[in-house]
Amino acid sequence: MAEKPNLIGWTCPRPLQNYPTIVLGHGSGGKMMADLIQHLFSPAFENDLLGQMNDSTTLDLTETFQSIPSNRLAFTTDSFVVSPLFFPGGNIGELAIFGTINDLAMSGAKPLFLSAGFILEEGLPMEMLGKIVNSMAVACKFGGVKIAAGDTKVVNRGHGDGLYINTSGIGVIPDGINISAKYARPGDVVLINGSVGDHGMAIMSVRSGLEFETAIKSDTAPLNGLVDSMLEVTHEIHCLRDATRGGLAAVLNELATASNVGIEFDEKAVPILPEVNAACEMLGLDPFYIANEGKFVVVMPEAKAEEVLFVMRKHPYGKDAAIIGKVVENHPGLVTARTSIGGMRVVDLPAGELLPRIC
Amino acid sequence: MKYIEEYRDAYLTQKLLKDLRSILTRDWILMEVCGGQTHSIIKSGLDQLLPKEINLVHGPGCPVCVTPLELIDKAIALASRRDVIFTSFGDMLRVPGSSSDLFAVKAAGGDVRILYSPLDSLKIARENPDKTVVFFGIGFETTAPPNAMAVVQAQVQGINNFAMLVSHVTVPAAIIALMESPDVKVDGFLAAGHVCTVMGYWEYEPLAQKYKIPIVVTGFEPVDIVHGILKCVRQLEGDRYYVENAYARSVIREGNRPAQAVIQRVFELCDRPWRGIGVIPQSGYRLRPEFAEFDAELRFPEIQSIETKESDLCISGLVLQGRKKPHECMAFGKECTPQTPLGATMVSTEGACAAYYRYGRYADANRRIDGDKWLKNPI
Repeated sequence: MAEKPNLIGWTCPRPLQNYPTIVLGHGSGGKMMADLIQHLFSPAFENDLLGQMNDSTTLDLTETFQSIPSNRLAFTTDSFVVSPLFFPGGNIGELAIFGTINDLAMSGAKPLFLSAGFILEEGLPMEMLGKIVNSMAVACKFGGVKIAAGDTKVVNRGHGDGLYINTSGIGVIPDGINISAKYARPGDVVLINGSVGDHGMAIMSVRSGLEFETAIKSDTAPLNGLVDSMLEVTHEIHCLRDATRGGLAAVLNELATASNVGIEFDEKAVPILPEVNAACEMLGLDPFYIANEGKFVVVMPEAKAEEVLFVMRKHPYGKDAAIIGKVVENHPGLVTARTSIGGMRVVDLPAGELLPRIC
Repeated sequence: MKYIEEYRDAYLTQKLLKDLRSILTRDWILMEVCGGQTHSIIKSGLDQLLPKEINLVHGPGCPVCVTPLELIDKAIALASRRDVIFTSFGDMLRVPGSSSDLFAVKAAGGDVRILYSPLDSLKIARENPDKTVVFFGIGFETTAPPNAMAVVQAQVQGINNFAMLVSHVTVPAAIIALMESPDVKVDGFLAAGHVCTVMGYWEYEPLAQKYKIPIVVTGFEPVDIVHGILKCVRQLEGDRYYVENAYARSVIREGNRPAQAVIQRVFELCDRPWRGIGVIPQSGYRLRPEFAEFDAELRFPEIQSIETKESDLCISGLVLQGRKKPHECMAFGKECTPQTPLGATMVSTEGACAAYYRYGRYADANRRIDGDKWLKNPI
């Protein structure tokens, strides 16, 4: 598998000479906007679909349905507002592509087409936008999707945080795959594809007012390839969910509620990088509640779990995969954890924003 | 992680619990003073592993919980001003005032910022000379030294657009208030390790003698806490009472002298109201007159007239004194949840009510888990 591109030192291939930053005119619908599309967006995302140049893009799925027996599409949307725009291990653009690819993959869908909507703040450096758009293009190739539609708006300075991106995605769900948050059953086991908390702590390490030196990098990654390899082993996968905002704790709670089952996990079985653990201890945060961008939870029958685990561990994005818990009949809707000393605790949904403790 | 994992070790915890069981002859009521300990006990599930003879009650040592409603309302009034940047430790933001909280003020346009260090307020003040930066200086003796240092630095650097809304409280005064109350029945105290790291434990020695009660300086990890309980029970079972240090890797008898010196330099003792408990004499710190220019209440005198009213349903005062357990409250888990807190004990993760709600709430919560069995047979 190809390594992620290194974008340090990248410059826009045809910089807009007179405008080193975004100005309101770039969202006006006139010549400046056309220039921006022609010189910045089009060269990056170039494909036959964008070449249609219509108000909406026509997607011909004949060939897709010939190669993948299916009559179902998966459709999702997500907005990305991360600050800062660049962080250790990635940037907002890459996140916007991988995030939507992953949402599709979590339904067992093969991601095909994405849209990308940009809300740019006046004053955003053109070079920064170029880097972000280019890394989105690389991420699309990496994840095997095409940008099929796009939009750009510019807001006044002070009305945005540099850049917001919305991506929507369409994928096709092959016949025989039925994955839903509602399908967890008592007796199922719960797996995760690797260490939790990396993304959230990487962001926190560079956030204004809280900078600390660490080697933690965001885990942002496209998970469709890993999901494909798991589904080749068995279609008997009940739930998949990527553990983004709210982290592992939120996802397990969502699954327990949707399926009306209890979930028990073993805290010691959940992989956590030592540096993430240390940062969480220092800041008074619980790693189970910290966001991830390349981690997902699998719920499936125990019988095939070891086989799936074996396949996951062979994939670069699943090498630290582990079985972390099980689905139980007791306490439906509630998630409990076996603690390191052998006690039991409830792992609830986070009440709101994660707040560091005072002392 | 070194110095953390060893103290979360299942084998060591079980071994100490076994020692504890072997010496117990009767029931004992112990109070863990600090909210950090409450948090750790519930988060690690230690409450379910303890012998049934040990009845832990949760003390008033959660700074968020005991900060009086009046101060929260003053904070909200200051944070709402256009000429103020209000800075605070994170978990104060969700504490409900009489009619709002700091998150709501922020949403309504107030400039409210979460800090990890009060010294960051000075940086913000330098960058915003046209605003006054007000830091919410709350907490026990643990947060007092850095807060005091911020005031000293503001004076030294001549940063005039900085002020502090002070609501500091001290642990020994709370222990005295609890012991003097006829309704509070506690056989022994687990003193707060972090407070003692700063202050030492010499202050507690006369209290142990006067009230004939064991006081054991205790850390925050499960092994630390069981170790503290074991020492406390050993004293009780032997009919002894003195101050013992079960957190020697962090605490010495004299404490941290330079930290104490900076507290002394900036703050003086005062009577202070505690949320849900009332005024405890000589239980808090306020700025000394030489630092009056940094006192937010003097800088903005209009906030001094704010009057407040507590919820009729909330029994957080009784919870903070160990007289009621959170789930004995009529509103617990119904009108009062971490999303809709009626009292501060439901807000902070250190608050006893929030800790109970978050970690202790499941169908068979009272069932004790057989830790030995699990050790041999984990998930």
